[in-house]
Amino acid sequence: MTEKQPLQNPVEKILRMDRMPHIWCPGCGIGTVVTSFAEALRKEETDLDNLVVVSGIGCTGRAAGYIKLDSFHTTHGRAIPFATGLKLANPKTKLVVFSGDGDIAGIGGNHLIHAARRNMDMLVILVNNFNYAMTGGQVAATTPLDANASTAPFGNFEYPFNLPHLVAAAGGTYIARWTALHLRRVTKSIQEALHRRGFSFIEVITPCTTLYARRNRLGDGLNLLKYYYDNSEIQHNADTKDLNITYQGKLIVGKFIDKEKPTFLDAMNQHLSKVLGDKYTPYGEEK
Amino acid sequence: MKKSKADPKGVLTGSHFMDGDYALAEGALAAGCRFFGGYPITPSTETAERFSERIPVVGGVFIQMEDELGSIASLIGASWGGLKAMTVTSGPGFSLMQENIGLACMMETPLVIANVQRGGPSTGLPTLTSQQDMMQARWGSHGDYEIIALSPDSPQECFDMTIKAFNLSELYRVPVFVMTDECVGHMHEKVVIPPAEEIDIVERKWYEGPKDKYLPYKCDSDGVPFMVKTGQGYRFHTTGLTHDERGYPLLNAECQQKNVQHLIDKITKNADKIIELEEEQIDGAEVVVLSYGITYRVATKAVQEARKAGIKTGTLRLVTVWPFPEKKIEEIAKKVKAIIVPEINAGQVFLEVDRCSRNKCKVVNVPHLGGWVHNPDDIFKAIKEAVK
Repeated sequence: MTEKQPLQNPVEKILRMDRMPHIWCPGCGIGTVVTSFAEALRKEETDLDNLVVVSGIGCTGRAAGYIKLDSFHTTHGRAIPFATGLKLANPKTKLVVFSGDGDIAGIGGNHLIHAARRNMDMLVILVNNFNYAMTGGQVAATTPLDANASTAPFGNFEYPFNLPHLVAAAGGTYIARWTALHLRRVTKSIQEALHRRGFSFIEVITPCTTLYARRNRLGDGLNLLKYYYDNSEIQHNADTKDLNITYQGKLIVGKFIDKEKPTFLDAMNQHLSKVLGDKYTPYGEEK
Repeated sequence: MKKSKADPKGVLTGSHFMDGDYALAEGALAAGCRFFGGYPITPSTETAERFSERIPVVGGVFIQMEDELGSIASLIGASWGGLKAMTVTSGPGFSLMQENIGLACMMETPLVIANVQRGGPSTGLPTLTSQQDMMQARWGSHGDYEIIALSPDSPQECFDMTIKAFNLSELYRVPVFVMTDECVGHMHEKVVIPPAEEIDIVERKWYEGPKDKYLPYKCDSDGVPFMVKTGQGYRFHTTGLTHDERGYPLLNAECQQKNVQHLIDKITKNADKIIELEEEQIDGAEVVVLSYGITYRVATKAVQEARKAGIKTGTLRLVTVWPFPEKKIEEIAKKVKAIIVPEINAGQVFLEVDRCSRNKCKVVNVPHLGGWVHNPDDIFKAIKEAVK
């Protein structure tokens, strides 16, 4: 008789299995993005000890609690400045901010643009489900025009953000957008971004079945994946100004920006070394 | 607790003529602070300016954040990244920081915030003094928690108390406030910075046990948990949610009781060790003038006048304002006719003194709503009234 090997999903290694089951709804896309993240780490054989995850508040904000790395579940909107402090205090670590659209682009929007402006070395994974889901499906800075939300009961009349365009204008150096259907593409983008130095931004559009889809009578998770399948168009290097999202309209996805420029710490060290000369010891460089 | 001496790199040993704002920065650098995240705000900006000039050559990092919400968040991050971290602000900025001050308390993160107080509410008096944020320091964030607040009355004390603030912060893993004011912040006086080997430094307790055994919120015998920093393979989790010893959220009344009670106990049970007071001629006094910060210096004049007039006047100065010296106040209240509390606000610490006196003596509020310090005559008048 052969002894049965216990079955283990390869991503379990980076998950806090003692915290399962997670809180996310059936059909929700956040878990898929976490899987892509875990898969990217596995494929890249990333140094897990030096990888730090920071989340804010909201459904996606719970991600940090399930990822078995140094992980911080912070306050609403403040994951990026929190990660900024972590990065600057301990420059050898790689920072990943994993949070939602309301957290990063709504309440935390100011930090998003300033971290991009500084080219702060971190990867921001923004899970966009078009609404504030944790609190019951309120309208967000990302809700498409005309979509219904619990605080836009007659439909949304506010223009939403075009996030890749916003981050590009602010100075982000790696910018991509995918949907939860593009699992392998998301994984590949994360793999790439983990090697980039600078401000990387990946937006992943995901189904919120319990709230956004239900209120808008869009069906279940599968219907939304079908929508992504029928309406996504991969256009690498597309002009970011053309990436607006309309209600149930076309979704332009792909990698839009991938360039290099000095990070905040690079710029600080280069500049202060030039100006202060011998008085200055470059900060954060291995001695 | 790990005790050591200051790293000479950050210590500008010598006699200086500098203002309180600069002295805050020098105290922090002497204490080993190597991260400053801040946002300019009058009358505290000079501290940020001093940091931006000094910290690059001391081996630390300065960042001017996009707002005070970002400043305080960056500090908590930096502290978990392993550095001692500080920011400085004033009224409006202090208001913006409150939510994350709660996060720092909940995550038990050592950090220091100096508040160079100005007149409020709102934009109020940007360039003029007050002591109107004393209660905000105590209760500004939501929920129940305890913090430590110190109140310097001179540039020299801005230096000394910032070191003390860092040491307390590291020892108890709690945010510590240096509650100074515009007067002291912009006052130029002699500041003597001792040699590094004469400056005592406390470091937080770093956990060094097996990686899979680390529990971020398991208390040691002194009631304070061990800390780790990022990038060492502990793969720990921490959250602003109510959490258990593992740092995992556990959202029920039982865990809330344990978690929050611990945040309160680690300060209140050590209050006697934390509280520093200065008292003078309290034995046999008819009246005691209780004050803190710049108002202590102003009240000195009134106390001299009262003694000249034959009134037995004692003084109690709160060096530590929070936690509050409840027992000491009750003890004094039993012995004197009145306690006079002048402060540059409508009567914030006065309420605490009144509560702690348990009706054993009169407690007299001498308010001043800010913009300038008291006229000592007003304090003298209150003393005379009280002993009538």
